Amino acid sequence: MASVEKRLSDLLGARRVLTAPDALLAWECDGFTVHKARPRAVVLPESTAEVQAVVRVLHGERVPFVPRGAGTCLSGGPTAGPDAVVIDLARMKQVLRVDAEDLFAVVQPGVVNVELTAAVRHLGLHYAPDPSSQTVCTIGGNLAENSGGPHCFKYGMTQDHVLDAVVVLPDGEIARLGDAGGPRPPGVLDLLGVFCGSEGTFGIATEITVRLCRDQQAVRTLLASFASMADACRAVSAIVHKGLVPAALEILDRATIQAVEASVYRAGYPSDAAAVLLVELDGPPDVIAEEADEVRAAFAAHGALRSEEATDAAERKRLWKGRKGAFGAMGRLSTDLYVLDGVVPRSALERALDGIAAIGARHGVTITNVFHAGDGNLHPNIPFDGRDAAETARVVAAGREILQLCVDLGGSISGEHGVGAEKLDHFGMMYGAADRDVMARVRAAFDPHGRCNPGKALPSRGACAEPAKWPQMVARVLDAERPQ
Amino acid sequence: MASSCEPSAHGAPAATPYARTLDCVHCGLCLPTCPTHQVLGVEADSPRGRIYLMRALAEGRVQDPEAIRPYLDRCLDCRACETACPSGVRYGEILEATRAQLAQTGSKRGLADRLVPFLLWHVVAHQTRLRAVFALLRAAELLGLRWLATRLGLLPKAMAAIAPPVPPARERRPLPTGLHKPPAGVAPRGVRVALFTGCIMEPMFGRVNRATLDLLLANGFEVDVPRAQRCCGALLVHAGEPERAKELARANVAAFADADVVVNNSAGCGCAMKEYGHLLDDAGGAAFAAKCRDVSELLAAHGLTATPARREQKVAYDDPCHLCHGQGVRQQPRTLLAQVPGLQLVAHEAPEDCCGSAGIYNLLQPETADAIGQRKAERLLRAGVDAVVTGNPGCMMQIRSHLRRAGSAIEVLHPVELLLPPAAASGPRSGATR
Repeated sequence: MASVEKRLSDLLGARRVLTAPDALLAWECDGFTVHKARPRAVVLPESTAEVQAVVRVLHGERVPFVPRGAGTCLSGGPTAGPDAVVIDLARMKQVLRVDAEDLFAVVQPGVVNVELTAAVRHLGLHYAPDPSSQTVCTIGGNLAENSGGPHCFKYGMTQDHVLDAVVVLPDGEIARLGDAGGPRPPGVLDLLGVFCGSEGTFGIATEITVRLCRDQQAVRTLLASFASMADACRAVSAIVHKGLVPAALEILDRATIQAVEASVYRAGYPSDAAAVLLVELDGPPDVIAEEADEVRAAFAAHGALRSEEATDAAERKRLWKGRKGAFGAMGRLSTDLYVLDGVVPRSALERALDGIAAIGARHGVTITNVFHAGDGNLHPNIPFDGRDAAETARVVAAGREILQLCVDLGGSISGEHGVGAEKLDHFGMMYGAADRDVMARVRAAFDPHGRCNPGKALPSRGACAEPAKWPQMVARVLDAERPQ
Repeated sequence: MASSCEPSAHGAPAATPYARTLDCVHCGLCLPTCPTHQVLGVEADSPRGRIYLMRALAEGRVQDPEAIRPYLDRCLDCRACETACPSGVRYGEILEATRAQLAQTGSKRGLADRLVPFLLWHVVAHQTRLRAVFALLRAAELLGLRWLATRLGLLPKAMAAIAPPVPPARERRPLPTGLHKPPAGVAPRGVRVALFTGCIMEPMFGRVNRATLDLLLANGFEVDVPRAQRCCGALLVHAGEPERAKELARANVAAFADADVVVNNSAGCGCAMKEYGHLLDDAGGAAFAAKCRDVSELLAAHGLTATPARREQKVAYDDPCHLCHGQGVRQQPRTLLAQVPGLQLVAHEAPEDCCGSAGIYNLLQPETADAIGQRKAERLLRAGVDAVVTGNPGCMMQIRSHLRRAGSAIEVLHPVELLLPPAAASGPRSGATR
């Protein structure tokens, strides 16, 4: 019988089936560079039929597989083990249909988030979820991770914007989840809701129907700098308590500001500030004019050093540029970057940030913070040198303590980056064995043989009974062959 | 901006290419700016993927370098990723050093891999030989041999496809060397510049070199054309032959030793010469680099004194990669073109995306170059212009060729050609004074 690779080549042609081990190094990791593993092969399908054909072969041969979009995931979600084949969806980047009347679009999974907005901009429409990697990340990946972004405080996460999906299930069957036509009838299971955020473990969405939003009449973007992080956090709470629902409420701390200002994403943020707060309001002009006054009052009441407002689209882009490029800009500080993703209640932001600083000091690691303050979604960033196993271990240890702190403060271990490979060890902080088993049963309903992105999102049975047995990720890091 | 003249994010100035790969944190923000990733959709054909492979190579994790070479060979070295990179990765330096390393160690190299550096060194880098080759090509074309040569496989198909006809001898004539002074009636500025004339610009676009000289003179500059200047070496650097490129660089440093400003009209050469400091790793190279200016930079900084001839046309300006990404020069050509009476400068989609020319890339990777070039032509044609303006000979040829393939006859011009005042555009040109 022909080898798996040969059968895949027969399906897609040799140029879309990559097997040279050295070339496969390029697929060794995503944005979570702590976790590296080289896949067995990479295939590049271009249609639902091709994905189905590939999955059927792999299912028949009992070969595990991992779907991948742009590889900007921050939890190791699309990193495949040596026995698994990566199904890379980057070539599936067609916008199949745009319906400006009923406000939806049907796209292939490899369509880049911002490209979808670019394709409908002339209609006065946009796609609302805007992860910071939106110029790169794909709608398929967004669906897998239930991605958020700065504007999700007002507009909701990916799950609020996806209406329908054609999914190639792990056995190669095709299912349709959801309905672009309207509300779900009573008694029909919300399978699309289950699928969204399943981190590529339930199948591969090959045609995704998403909601399009009308552009708001007007947008105002304000930026204030503060002498302390506490002042910035209190200003956020004050804004929310006034009953305002800004489109975005983002905070960057001093170290992040400095990294951004040293990069091509230089936004002109005041580099002497301890924190900057970015507030975006959108809606009818007279409504947001009043809201802008209230926001400025909140800035003043909490001791803002100074504030400014973008007066045109170019200025707005400039103010956002630093926020959107913060992750990459942190690359200036070291060779690797661990981007955490914890959530705390908004009222606990100050305590969380103090605790994070203390954890950083205890482990001797630098931690910078950039976060979605409106919904308490923290992104502590830890720059480190991944070639130094001891330092990597300290970074992973600090990360774990930070997530424990978030849980202790009433929050969670992930807002939008997913569990992936990164947080398998942290799962037990939030869920008990019974919780895990329920999730495992749902997963088994989609993937009874456990071949679709195995080893991700859900720890193996028994693992979370011993949450204290940590950190397995560190052990894996230290055990793995580290190039020097 | 990510001009490669900026110091790196971390690491000493003499940081090794390996150290530079460590600047990448794998964020992926470069992916959408990479022409090869856009058309191929393959991670290993993206800047992030290539940096990862080059890092792995440096770490000794690559078993067979030949397995990763196709991905590195397919890179245009357009540097769009440097503009996008928030971490300041100096991609071009990493790529060029890695190519040089692979050129040293590659064992399974084909005929083309050996032939290209040979031709670059023994023909392109010697202007008299290059002139002779073009004279032969012209003769062959007149005899109808171009078609025959293509059929017999003597002229690579890719070259036959992109190369416009060789212009007649009078248009290939080299510029007179020596010092040129502004013609009578033009107020001298009291600024002397030295003109770099390039290798391919002369035989293929002699008119651009003459227009550059006339334009500078008409605007009151004194222009020296040093006889001892040579090819800039960029193509050799890209082909992984830095030692030979250094020889050319040293010759140019010497040839332009007396000049305060070295002006050029070819974005690829200008970018390479601005990197002589890195290439030669000495003070002489750095001093030379510091006095290099693209002609648009020079004129925008000093301001035009001669009003350009009126031209009732709609044109699009397409940024050469080695001008916008390599040198950070974006606004100057547009500012100058905006001063042409009657000219309407229209925007087109993605002017900073590579056209697929990239030195001799379109000869070595015709398939990818075609996909990229076709996309460029489509975007330009959608803008509905009468002419395309760009400041690099390779881009001019590639864009022209893809416009022709798309059935369009619109002109491809160099900015200097549109900036000439009426007198200089039509009148006789002044000769050298020595």
